[in-house]
Amino acid sequence: MATYPIHLQYSTEHEWIAVDGASGRVGITEHAQAELGDIVFVELPEIGTTVTQGANFGVVESVKAVSDLYAPASGKVVDVNGELETRPELVNEDPYGKGWMIVIALSDPSELHALLDAGAYTAMVENRE
Amino acid sequence: MDPILRRTPLYDEHIRRGARMVPFAGYEMPVLYTSVVEEHMAVRSAAGVFDVSHMGEIEVTGATAAAEIQHLVTNDISTLEPGRAQYNCLLDEDGGIIDDLLVYFKAPEHYLLVVNAATKDSDLAWIRQQCPRATICDISDETALLAVQGPAATAVLAPLTRARLDTIKYYRFVETDALDVPCLLSRTGYTGEDGFELYLPADAAVAVFRHLVEDAQPRVLPAGLGARDTLRLEAGMLLSGTDIDRTTSPLEAGLEPFVKLGKESFIGKSALIRQQAAGVRRRLVGLETVGRGIARHGYPVLHGAAQVGTVTSGTHAPTLGIAISLAYVPAELAAEGTALDIEIRGRPIAARVCKRPFYKRSKN
Repeated sequence: MATYPIHLQYSTEHEWIAVDGASGRVGITEHAQAELGDIVFVELPEIGTTVTQGANFGVVESVKAVSDLYAPASGKVVDVNGELETRPELVNEDPYGKGWMIVIALSDPSELHALLDAGAYTAMVENRE
Repeated sequence: MDPILRRTPLYDEHIRRGARMVPFAGYEMPVLYTSVVEEHMAVRSAAGVFDVSHMGEIEVTGATAAAEIQHLVTNDISTLEPGRAQYNCLLDEDGGIIDDLLVYFKAPEHYLLVVNAATKDSDLAWIRQQCPRATICDISDETALLAVQGPAATAVLAPLTRARLDTIKYYRFVETDALDVPCLLSRTGYTGEDGFELYLPADAAVAVFRHLVEDAQPRVLPAGLGARDTLRLEAGMLLSGTDIDRTTSPLEAGLEPFVKLGKESFIGKSALIRQQAAGVRRRLVGLETVGRGIARHGYPVLHGAAQVGTVTSGTHAPTLGIAISLAYVPAELAAEGTALDIEIRGRPIAARVCKRPFYKRSKN
């Protein structure tokens, strides 16, 4: 059974965001990493790039497939997990911890209302399965 | 509407073991059980078992079988003795590749052709048309096929069979038994490792599969199509319909060793002779990505700003830890070491033509 921490907010595209003041740390969910399987490549934006809620911000590749990453909120990228360049498997091993991807300085915190809480995300994933 | 997918005799077994099933060549097949990388590495280090019962098995028998097959395929089957298998291509009159296949010489006037699932029906129609006098019998539905691959393949199969496995050389086979059921056992595979393929009666497949997965020492990991694809690509083996098809010739694909232009006649021969005389203009090469990124099927290959080719297969190679791919490029850019770019999501990523196979096992 996949787990979805209660302090995170979730997109329908299977990203999570941990909001801390005016910024949010972003990654993909336990469900997403399990669906993708062995992650072997992660392509992330450079620091300073502007991302838009719902728009593509990078790519994650398993052995078999390429998947787009979608920003759960808009803003400027202020940090990037460079360790994923050499250790993409961290996304599988620790999707909510060492497998984080980017930190966004939120340009419009009201956007966060569009995201799901852990209960709603769990219900969505379980309905799909 | 989705077409109705067919199932192999092992379908329930795959579901029971939690396999992730995908549609492939009209069948519902396991793409992985736990992890593509884990299954891949099990085959490289010990042993894995693949259900490849979707493949097509076609018996060709009769007094004209040898002559008609000799005309049908590219390799020289007259060099075979009973108990030998041979890799072949099935060409159209223009020299395009309809499919690749194995020809097993079972006995005089008795051959077994093993073709790919996706093209089985069209292959069968073509074979019936081109071999009008031989008896053609499609035994695919009553035949299950298990591939047991990896350095421990001999050790894990030995307790199941009376066959003396160490006497079966590469591309040789015996008609023997497995768990007391008749079995054609051949030392062939699609992984670049030592291993065997077991052609079994459909209703015997589950028992053999279970025995391998549950009782064998060392443990045999069930492996899916995901690992089968990464293993074959590391070994530089081609996938029919993806790397080779009717728009490509065996000369372009580097399959010259399996094309005997000295043979009296075969379908596609004159087209190939014309192509050879004019010069083969493009070649299938191995590419290693030097920059960051994984080349995938369909990505453009660039030389400078110009597109000069297209990737046919590409993956992250678990054994090698690099991104590898196959692509057709102009013959003058096919030399090992040639620097090219692969366009990945709109950006050119540096790549280099490299040796094929990418992976070669060490033999004792």
